[in-house]
Formats: sequence, C-alpha cells, structure tokens
Amino acid sequence: MDCSSVVVCDLLRSGGMDPGLAMFIALLLGVVLVTTIPLVTVIFLIWVERKVAARIQDRLGPNRVGPFGLLQTFADMIKLITKENITPANADRVVYNFAPLLSVVSVVLIWAVIPFTPYHIGTDLEIGALYIVAVASLGTLAIMTAGWASNNKYALLGAFRVVAQLVSYEVPLVFALLVPIMLAGSMGMQDIVYAQAGMWFFFMVPLSAVLLFIASHAETGRGPFDLIEAESEIIAGFNIEYSGMKFGMFFAAEFIHVFTNAVLMAVFFFGGWWGPGALDAPLLALLYLGLKSAVIYFIYLWVRNTFPRVRIDQLLDLNWKFFVPLSIVNVLVVAFVLKILQELQIAVPLNASTNFLATIPMTVVLLLVNVAMTYALIAWLRNRGAKARQVDLANQHEDIVVAGAAGD
Amino acid sequence: MALQEFAPIGAMLLFAIIVASIVLVISRIFGPHHPTFRKTAPYESGMKPIGPGTRRIPVKFYLTAVLFIIFDVEVIFFFPWAVASRELSLLGLGVIGVFTFILLVGFIYEWKKGGMEWE
Repeated sequence: MDCSSVVVCDLLRSGGMDPGLAMFIALLLGVVLVTTIPLVTVIFLIWVERKVAARIQDRLGPNRVGPFGLLQTFADMIKLITKENITPANADRVVYNFAPLLSVVSVVLIWAVIPFTPYHIGTDLEIGALYIVAVASLGTLAIMTAGWASNNKYALLGAFRVVAQLVSYEVPLVFALLVPIMLAGSMGMQDIVYAQAGMWFFFMVPLSAVLLFIASHAETGRGPFDLIEAESEIIAGFNIEYSGMKFGMFFAAEFIHVFTNAVLMAVFFFGGWWGPGALDAPLLALLYLGLKSAVIYFIYLWVRNTFPRVRIDQLLDLNWKFFVPLSIVNVLVVAFVLKILQELQIAVPLNASTNFLATIPMTVVLLLVNVAMTYALIAWLRNRGAKARQVDLANQHEDIVVAGAAGD
Repeated sequence: MALQEFAPIGAMLLFAIIVASIVLVISRIFGPHHPTFRKTAPYESGMKPIGPGTRRIPVKFYLTAVLFIIFDVEVIFFFPWAVASRELSLLGLGVIGVFTFILLVGFIYEWKKGGMEWE
C-alpha cells in the first residue's frame, strides 16, 4: 500500500508526522470504519425488516418508541443487555460462548472486500470472490457448533439440519459466482464492478443471478428455507439455549448476513457502485450501491414473508437434483458461448472503458441462450410435474375402486 | 506485495473480535447472574430432560456432508480456470469439459445408487 493514495495518511504526513505512524493510524481508522458500517446498519435493518413484515401481514409494526418506531431497536438492545446470560449445565462452555462471537465476526469480515466507491474499499484483494466464499462459510461453522455445544435436543436437530442445508447450498452458490468471475476475468471486487461499466451482468446471465439469489436465501437460513430454526418444529433450533446478548449476536449476524448478500448481489450482477458520474463523486457512487442493495434487500424480505417453509427432503432434492446439475451446466454453457463469441469477434473485453453500445451484441446472444435454457428447464419441470400428477390420479382412482369394493 | 493486502483483514479480525467481546462483557456486567439448577437445565418444552443432549448424527446427514466435500474440493479447481477462461483457447474449455465430465459421472452414479434419496 502507498501512503499517498490514502487521504488521511497524506493529511497526517503533511502535518509533520512520521510516514510509518501516519500509515498505521490511517489503517486503524479504515478498519474501525469498515467494521462499524455493518454493525450500525443492522440497527436500522431490524427496524426495516419489522416494518416491511408488518405491512405485508397487514399490521402497523413498531410505532411507539421514537418517530415511526425508529428507536425500537435501541430499546430492544438495552433489554437484551440487561437480561441474564444463561449457560446450560453440561454445555461445552468454550465452544458455547465462542459461537455467537464467530457468527458476527464471520459476516463482518466479508465487508473487508466490498467496494463502496471507486476509491473506498477495505482492501482490494485479487482473490476477493474466493475470500468471500471462504469467510462466509465460517458462519455455518458457528451455527453448527452452537447447536452441538448447547447440550439440547432441539439445538442438536438444528445443527443436523445446518449440516444438510447450509453446506449443500454452498455448491450452487459458488458455481453461480463463477459466471461473473468468468465474464470479468478477475476475482477482484473492483475489477468485477469495472467490468460492468458497459452492461450489468444481470442482463447477460440472469439465470446465474437467480441461482445466486435462491442459494443465498438458503445460506442465510431464512425465507422459505428457515429449517434450522423452524419455530413450529424445533422451537428455535440452534439458538434455543442462548439468552440475552448472545442470542442478540446470532440475531444481528443473520440480519447483517442477509444485507451483505444483497450488497454482493448488487456488486456481482447489478454493477455495484457504477452509475453515471460515479467516478467523479464518491458519495454518488455510495448512493448508487446503497439504492441497489436496498431494492434487492426488499426482495429478500418480500420472499421471506410470502413463501411457506419447505420440507427437508424437498429442500435437499431441490438442491442436489436441480440446482447443482443446473449450476454446473450453466457455467459450462456460458463459457462455451463466450468462447464462440470471442472466436467470432463479437465479444468485447469488459473493463472500465467498455462502451454500452459495444456490449449489446454479446449481451443479446448471452441473454437469448439464458432464456432458451430457462424455457427448456420449465418445460422439463412441467412435464415431470404432469407425470407425477398422473401417477397420483391413478393411485386415487385405485383407492376409490378399493373403497367401493369394500362397500363404503 | 500480495501479503500486505491481508494486513487490514488481520486488523479487522482483531477489531471485530474485540467489539463483539466488549458487547458480551457489557451484558455480563449489566445483566443479573443467578444460575439455579432449574434455570441451567436443558430446555425440553417444560418436561424433564430424557437422556443425553448430544447424540450421534444420523447417517443421512453425514452422507450429505460427504457429498458436499466432494463438490467443494472440485469447485476450487474451477476458480483459476474461470479467471483465465477468456485468455484460454478452445483447448482450455475442452480440458474443463473433460474434468466436469468425470465429476458428473460420479454425480450420476451417486444419484442412480440412491445416495440423494432422503430415507
């Protein structure tokens, strides 16, 4: 890293400070800022989630504490802090107390590589996307150990389901991530944003975006995939024995994780901070990223509050028999089409100077291929569904015949 | 230097752990702390706990985890290829095609053997 590229560092050094010390202070400030952003955003997110859920369920939601109930989350935090922390007897104390910490730390660490503006990013790793996959899977570990260390049967059932669910859906998630990496030709997060200067990846490969969207739902354990804490089956799953702020940390980690996924969707498929005038005005760039993430976050909430919970066998069938083969085929098809486009000189290199008009032929071809793939999939699924219904009908008919023969 | 890029992540890891620990310590200070036998007993819907709280993991969950490990190891090989795929010739695509074919043969075998059926 170079001192002159960091504003704070430059300022301190011009004030006569030792360059090494100035760099250190600048680094420290950056770290504090990047860590604080998700931790402060979550306070607001919990309010948003409760309001949106209430509106969808035809309620008002929190509206007593502060204007529009905005201070509700602070009241909740004070309540959680003044509650007793109970460690159950026979629990594995070290692991039990470490798990909520790990779940928060793992999501906060993802923010180290999220590009906020062209000039503001925690650290622009060359392997940014791989880093995200690696760090995000630590959260799975936290939930698994929490369920195991609690010495409770419901928590253990939750931990079992974590093994099956969170771990399974990582496969289509990673395969879906490969497509934007392939298009950008880099794993660096800034490179991926710059590659979308001409056209958002969503319009080139919508199928991968949808795959990532659904898989990230399962990864956070929410929406139709909240099997790990299914209230009506296993009460609260892995966090049943957690009380006070330890529960609060799992709660916060889940909300940060969902918002992080929304931001990642925005970065990988919707151009991140890219927008008109973003290169000259960092604040505008931050606004673009925030707006895109907010819209995607709203869709996450919408899905969560609309769909009923799936069964575990349906969940695993959907993953292993549908998403995994589909995501692998999707990667290879996009790679193949891209190669052909390159051979035909239609594909243009995607970088910051790519023109919108120049990307149109390649976008149209990739989009058509995606639409064709989706159409074939839906046709195949309808065919399968129709066959299953016919079998059901035949069985029902048999039942009626048998019942009739018995004289009912 | 590539390693220097990781310095902020190390600092961030430390800072995040410190913040999270402070929150836990604050709640320990402000919250009451009177553990009793009933309070620390495992929650089982108000009934007396029966048997141990930790049991062996059923094989079906274990099987899913094993299946995941196979794919997670394979997927790592896709990353460098995905980054370089635009510079590679058609041969690169062919090579990854062969690799995926071998992967899919195992996948189909597992499917036909009933490894993905739930019970």
